[in-house]
Amino acid sequence: MSPDRTKTVQDTAVTHERRTPAPPPVTLIGMPKFPKNAKKELANAQLRSNLRHATTTIRNKRVKVVNELPHWEDLRLAGEAIKNRTLRHLDDYLLQLEASLTANGAIVHWANDAAEANQIVIDITRSKGADEVVKVKSMATQEIDLNEALEEAGIAAWETDLAELIVQLGHDRPSHILVPAIHRNRSEVREIFLEEMARYGTPPPDGLTDDPAMLAGAARVHLRDKFMRAKVAVSGANFAIADSGTLVVVESEGNGRMCLTLPETLISIVGIEKTLPTFADLEVFLQLLPRSSTAERMNPYTSMWSGVQAGDGPQEVHVVLVDNGRTKVLADEVGRQALRCIRCSACLNICPVYERVGGHAYGSVYPGPIGAILTPQLRGTASEVDQSLPYASSLCGACFEVCPVRINIPEVLVHLRNKVVEEHHGPSAWSIGMKAGGWVMGKGSRFGTLEKGAELFGAVWPGATVGHIPGTGAWTGARDLKKPPTETFRDWWVKNEKAKRKGDAEQKDA
Amino acid sequence: MSVPTGTVALFATCINDMMFPDTPKAVLRLLERLGCTVDFPLQQTCCGQMFTNTGYFKQAMPSVRNFVDTFGPYEWVVGPSGSCIGSVRDQHPMLAKRLGDPGLQREVDAIVAKTLDLSEFLVDVLEVTDVGAYFPHTVTYHSTCHSLRVTKVGDRPYKLLRAVKGLTLIELNDSDQCCGFGGTFSVKNPDTSVAMGTDKMRNVLDTGAEYLVAGDNSCLLHVGGLLSRNEAGVKTIHLAEILASTEADLVPAGSATTQAGGVR
Repeated sequence: MSPDRTKTVQDTAVTHERRTPAPPPVTLIGMPKFPKNAKKELANAQLRSNLRHATTTIRNKRVKVVNELPHWEDLRLAGEAIKNRTLRHLDDYLLQLEASLTANGAIVHWANDAAEANQIVIDITRSKGADEVVKVKSMATQEIDLNEALEEAGIAAWETDLAELIVQLGHDRPSHILVPAIHRNRSEVREIFLEEMARYGTPPPDGLTDDPAMLAGAARVHLRDKFMRAKVAVSGANFAIADSGTLVVVESEGNGRMCLTLPETLISIVGIEKTLPTFADLEVFLQLLPRSSTAERMNPYTSMWSGVQAGDGPQEVHVVLVDNGRTKVLADEVGRQALRCIRCSACLNICPVYERVGGHAYGSVYPGPIGAILTPQLRGTASEVDQSLPYASSLCGACFEVCPVRINIPEVLVHLRNKVVEEHHGPSAWSIGMKAGGWVMGKGSRFGTLEKGAELFGAVWPGATVGHIPGTGAWTGARDLKKPPTETFRDWWVKNEKAKRKGDAEQKDA
Repeated sequence: MSVPTGTVALFATCINDMMFPDTPKAVLRLLERLGCTVDFPLQQTCCGQMFTNTGYFKQAMPSVRNFVDTFGPYEWVVGPSGSCIGSVRDQHPMLAKRLGDPGLQREVDAIVAKTLDLSEFLVDVLEVTDVGAYFPHTVTYHSTCHSLRVTKVGDRPYKLLRAVKGLTLIELNDSDQCCGFGGTFSVKNPDTSVAMGTDKMRNVLDTGAEYLVAGDNSCLLHVGGLLSRNEAGVKTIHLAEILASTEADLVPAGSATTQAGGVR
């Protein structure tokens, strides 16, 4: 376990003991590039085995439930079209959403960035005299690092989703959008519960085994006290409906339902792209999302709330609409399709790169293919890791095939690679090679001349394959390189076929 | 069968031209055997995807212009690579729109419509699945991502392989999962690439096949490199070379791929 679990909170005027488990620090500056992070994760046999098992299981299940719907492709097209329409008129729909929410008795806040959003949550929580909040699993709050901002303000944020609880108690970071603890197996979960649970509330029962039902039971008991006690809950939202002023949370465990109904005050952090124009649009998305994410026909809990209902549920409902880079993404004609994402994580589960390296290698709360296109757009490409993310893909295209809103992830990856090249165009071995190569490929005669070099190499190199040659380690470290033949097709054609054809033609003419 | 009257241009692709000449030779032999008139325009180079996919769009433009100049006059352009054909069809229009002029865009659109992968040309244009091939070996087929998801050759290669006399086709587990080559991905992310390739190799070995066949030599360069480094005793071969082999051949085309030079 992490050695800094009891470290004090720094960078604030008041230094106090931490109230929640400390996650590993994330600093973008100096974070290694994706290939380096990946190499470290690839060597983790436990991680590889956990991920292989989990992703294989869920993607096989997804295929099964998707194939049940003969109109799946039509649903995808509808999902894409609705999201495109929303993004095209986002300014209008956001104002409509604000008006509907306000009419329903909710209080709407606008946050330009993470700091503004976090401050709004801190201020509301303090105004309620609360020093803790219970949380529904939410990517938006991960993105703005809300838990740490609250911790610094002396407010404890308790994750109530089972996997998020495992991650939080494990002093860890999520590694998957939907299954944040996918990198952990049940024996690791048991170990985390035994070591950490008692420190932060109700302890685990005696004789805790790694039986999943018993582990879930321990989490349920641990969380119960927090649910009953909390005055403030923080959630995200899967959808925010503009015409009815309704927020929707889709979940599996019921912890969300507890948070959304028990506390007096509910604060929902919603990325502005979560907007849907009409309530009827849910028909499409509530078919697309569960089948794509948990591979279920329908998720167990779908909570919808439209502002405040007197005497029923939270009596103070806040909605924080967060930009945090989204309008910048919207301005990019190719990249904006990433804003269609409904956070189902089908692309993670199908991705051969993600399956082998896991989520932490991406250095972002959004891992996998969608992370590789979303993160460098939201954060920009100033850091080395963000420059490397668009290259963290073999462009196999499996992600595009499964995406329920048809985000052409390979297209955006290539577009962002071009952006990285254009924005960071200092001379490098790559840029020199690419420029020279581009010139060579402009004419057949130039390429033919280059090929002469390959033929010469093929003629002098002993053996059928190339083992190790200096400078080619990235390839030949693990793979043999087939030696080029002594005669290219071009030369063979000129020597044998071209002359023959000319002869044939002359004979015909004669 | 329906043989086109015009000339078919063979787009060898740069990697086949330089590293796998047996493959374009096989395409030539096969198409001529089926009655086509084939030419290899010497001006041809590359589809440019190594530049495009690495983010060097400007550097891909000479390849795009050269492609339309070279292949414009032909009735059909046929290449033995789902990846390179996919790049022409999927990326050339994007590049022409971004960095070209309306004239180039029109030329690209025209050429995209007549540029086909070998398996598409055989099944859709020549309307043939039994090409008269003979290959008395056990093989397994890796579908390669760009053949599958960009060029979308579908089950055409399977149809062609199943009609080959003497051939036993064994299903490859996770055939549709990427082998980890990914062009410059294999150099920029070598460790992940090798991890993916190793799993592909394991699935190939599990079939017990003698040959791993695919419609793309670039993927085979990668998986073949792993098989060779591990002395796995499995050969790689391009689909075209199997389809070109006949009972009249003394030596099956594929045996040349593991020999230096590959003289026939």
